[in-house]
Amino acid sequence: MCSGGTLSILRSDSYVDLSQYRDQHFRGTRYDQERLLRKSCTLYVGNLSFYTTEEQIHELFGKSGDIKKIIMGLDKVKKTACGFCFVEYYARGDAENAMRYINGTRLDDRIIRTDWDAGFKEGRQYGRGRSGGQTFLFFFLFVRSEMNIDKTTTLEEVAMVKLFSASEWRATHRPHGGTESLL
Amino acid sequence: MNGGRAVTVCSSNSSLESNLEGLAGVLEADLPNYKSKILRILCTVYVLSCYAVASCHTMNKLLTPCFFFCVSARLLPEKLTVYTTLVGLLNARNYNFGGEFVEAMIRQLKECLKVNMYNEAVHLVRFLSDLVNCHVIAAPSMVAMFENFVSVTQEEDVPQVRCDWYMFAFLSSLPWVGKELYEKKDAEMDRLLSQTESYLKRRQKIHVPMLQVWTADKPHPQEEYLDCLWSQIQKLKKDRWQERHILRPYLAFDSILCEALQHNLPPFTPPPHTEDSVYPMPRVIFRMFDYTDDPEGPVMPGSHSVERFVIEENLHCIIKSHWKERKTCAAQLLSYPGNNKIPLNYHIVEKLQLAQATEMLYMRLDTMNTTCVDRFINWFSHHLSNFQFRWSWEDWSDCLTQDLEKPKPKFVREVLEKCMRLSYHQRIIDIVPASFSVLSPANPVCIYKYGDESNRSLPGYTVALCLTIAIKNKASNDEIFSILKDVPNPNQDDDDDEGFTFNPLKIEVFVQTLLHLAAKSFSHSFSALAKFHEVFKTLAESDEGKLHVLRVVYEVWKNHPQMIAVLVDKMIRTQIVDCAAVANWIFSSELAHDFTRFYIWEILHSTIRKMNKHVLKIHKELEETKARLARQHKRRDSDDDDRSSDREDGPLEEQIERLQEKVESAQSEQKNLFLVIFQRFIMLLTEHLVRCETGGIDVFTPWYKSCIERLQQIFLQHHQIIQQYMVTFENLLFTAELDHHILAVFQQFCALQA
Repeated sequence: MCSGGTLSILRSDSYVDLSQYRDQHFRGTRYDQERLLRKSCTLYVGNLSFYTTEEQIHELFGKSGDIKKIIMGLDKVKKTACGFCFVEYYARGDAENAMRYINGTRLDDRIIRTDWDAGFKEGRQYGRGRSGGQTFLFFFLFVRSEMNIDKTTTLEEVAMVKLFSASEWRATHRPHGGTESLL
Repeated sequence: MNGGRAVTVCSSNSSLESNLEGLAGVLEADLPNYKSKILRILCTVYVLSCYAVASCHTMNKLLTPCFFFCVSARLLPEKLTVYTTLVGLLNARNYNFGGEFVEAMIRQLKECLKVNMYNEAVHLVRFLSDLVNCHVIAAPSMVAMFENFVSVTQEEDVPQVRCDWYMFAFLSSLPWVGKELYEKKDAEMDRLLSQTESYLKRRQKIHVPMLQVWTADKPHPQEEYLDCLWSQIQKLKKDRWQERHILRPYLAFDSILCEALQHNLPPFTPPPHTEDSVYPMPRVIFRMFDYTDDPEGPVMPGSHSVERFVIEENLHCIIKSHWKERKTCAAQLLSYPGNNKIPLNYHIVEKLQLAQATEMLYMRLDTMNTTCVDRFINWFSHHLSNFQFRWSWEDWSDCLTQDLEKPKPKFVREVLEKCMRLSYHQRIIDIVPASFSVLSPANPVCIYKYGDESNRSLPGYTVALCLTIAIKNKASNDEIFSILKDVPNPNQDDDDDEGFTFNPLKIEVFVQTLLHLAAKSFSHSFSALAKFHEVFKTLAESDEGKLHVLRVVYEVWKNHPQMIAVLVDKMIRTQIVDCAAVANWIFSSELAHDFTRFYIWEILHSTIRKMNKHVLKIHKELEETKARLARQHKRRDSDDDDRSSDREDGPLEEQIERLQEKVESAQSEQKNLFLVIFQRFIMLLTEHLVRCETGGIDVFTPWYKSCIERLQQIFLQHHQIIQQYMVTFENLLFTAELDHHILAVFQQFCALQA
């Protein structure tokens, strides 16, 4: 391994890095958004079951630190659980540990995904997709071309991680209605 | 020099030697022009060990290209010998380089010791020792340095942990360099070893019981770390210093290295002990496996073999280096060199203290330290939640015949409760066999005492009904107050008209009703607390009021400990109750039944942590304001303009004074919290001890074990804060009159930094 390679391995904190996803509804520049993401104590959590409760989320995410607030995601029309939520910690370090150790593990038997969020604002608890989603395969192909996907990532991971991002992307181009849970 | 051509240490050992040779050649040619760059490159390979990252604020102050390299030697410990070999080869070609390198390393070692970076320092000492093997440092000068280390044990009036560290630094380098040093200077080494032996015999070990995981010595004694290391070194000496585990690439280059000129280490005086010195605390070596545990695989090195020590050190380093990247960490652990020669899985599990051997840990629950049981519960329930809660519970049906307070049934109960928190009640009922239902958690429903018509004779029932309707109709705080006015005070005959005094019935009716209405979720309850904050603050103004609020919360939610915990947390943060009230509530008789339950201690420790964070926060504010004032002074001085100087200082100085008061008040509250906790422990434990003594029964009941270990846990988990107030605790609470059982805990704690 060359020094560059060793360096990156040893400095690496990849679970904490920003993902490709950017909120299209964010008011401000890309730069502003990224600056907020890097300081944020708030995580977006996706691929929850519709039945997953605030209590379960609190128990799991509480393992990496004290939680300030949990906001459950809701279907904009039906106002019922929608498969995502926001978890805000008091300390950034606790949110980072959640990204390192809770992201990609199971809650309520589903593998959940966490991502940095620029900060909860009223209205963002509502899903943006519309019912009657497209097929899995379409998403995957579309997303793979749209974003730089690491070749070593497994298909399942890609699907899990990027699927909701793709849905969000798609949803932001046609923003109305509720969003179905992704799988 | 092209950065891309830099350190290329191959992953495959067979070409390691040729790569090292080639690399040394390449680097040496560039040395005159690119010395600092080479040093920087070599060291950047090291610098990013997790220790360095963790303490990078301190490191930033010390960093220069040379320091980078020196800070190293922690990183890829199994590759420590690769880099020392590299330095050896460079030294063989360029004597001055070797000399500068050694000097830089010694400087770095001194700096580390000055800023209490003892773990880093151990690795630097080890690196230096291995440089003896690479003919960079002359053996006699290394022995001389170790003589200075060991002579620290002769210093007077220094903490034992200081001597311990220097002893550890000496002993833990011997697996690498013992052979060479003994060959060159056997008389001196014998003297050092005999001094070591007499130190280890006379040092006190009061702290050991506090740190042990098991209270029994079978099947694996848990030794104090220095004792264990000493046994390992003694065995190594008996084996004529033959150490078989460490990778030693320099052996392949012996013909080149033995031609090299060696350097003498400058005389090294250990930096003196200061008030700010904080040495590492002693440890107990956790052992779970021995050679009988993997009969089909490679043999596990014995507990007193030096190989065991080396493997454990290396695994520990890998975990510390890669803790942020769990996949990398796992990969690194599993690809540990020599993994086919040792039962690596067992070593890893022991080091991580995970229970792939859950079964083994379960079997030994009876003697497991309470804090360790907590961790086992947390880990196991979390693990189950990732595997659909599949487990062969029947294997543990032995616990069903035992008293529920015994460790095994208790453990299963707590695990099931935690599993429920990660899923839901019916799920847990479904996954355990019917026989285990006695251990299943309660359905986490709210208990509303005014709910049923049959309760209408209860005092306050009608007010509760009234309140319910009002709250549902979005009543304001004022309306609530006026409804509550009608509640009689069972404590007084005549109502005090000058405002609210402590009225337990008012609190009961209000809190019961509100919590019942908001029972749907955490968010609902938090909103309720926020909306009626004013009412809460008024009702809970007095200490008794605070305590009663907590009591009512418990009464309503005793089936849902998780809800109790989050409500208590919110009430502290919104200052409805204070930390001392929570502490008093936890030790109150109403909670005696739940006293040994895990959730109680989670609440208490969370409360203490909030208090600690609060103090730190205000302290930080104070420091920041002081810094602002200092900057302002500086600006003024450089401006040479004293027009409005004094006036400008005013507001900042006032702020500083206010913050100073705030800090003092917060620290006083913090100290008081610990006083309350310790005092209550002492009362509770003394009561038990007296009762046992007069009744002639054995003190050591499951309750007692749990309680005394909870007291130990307070000390260990918050040791830094407690150290600040030691004098007060010693004078007020832990005096000689105390029962020796309780005093022992305090003395063991003191011994940790003595």
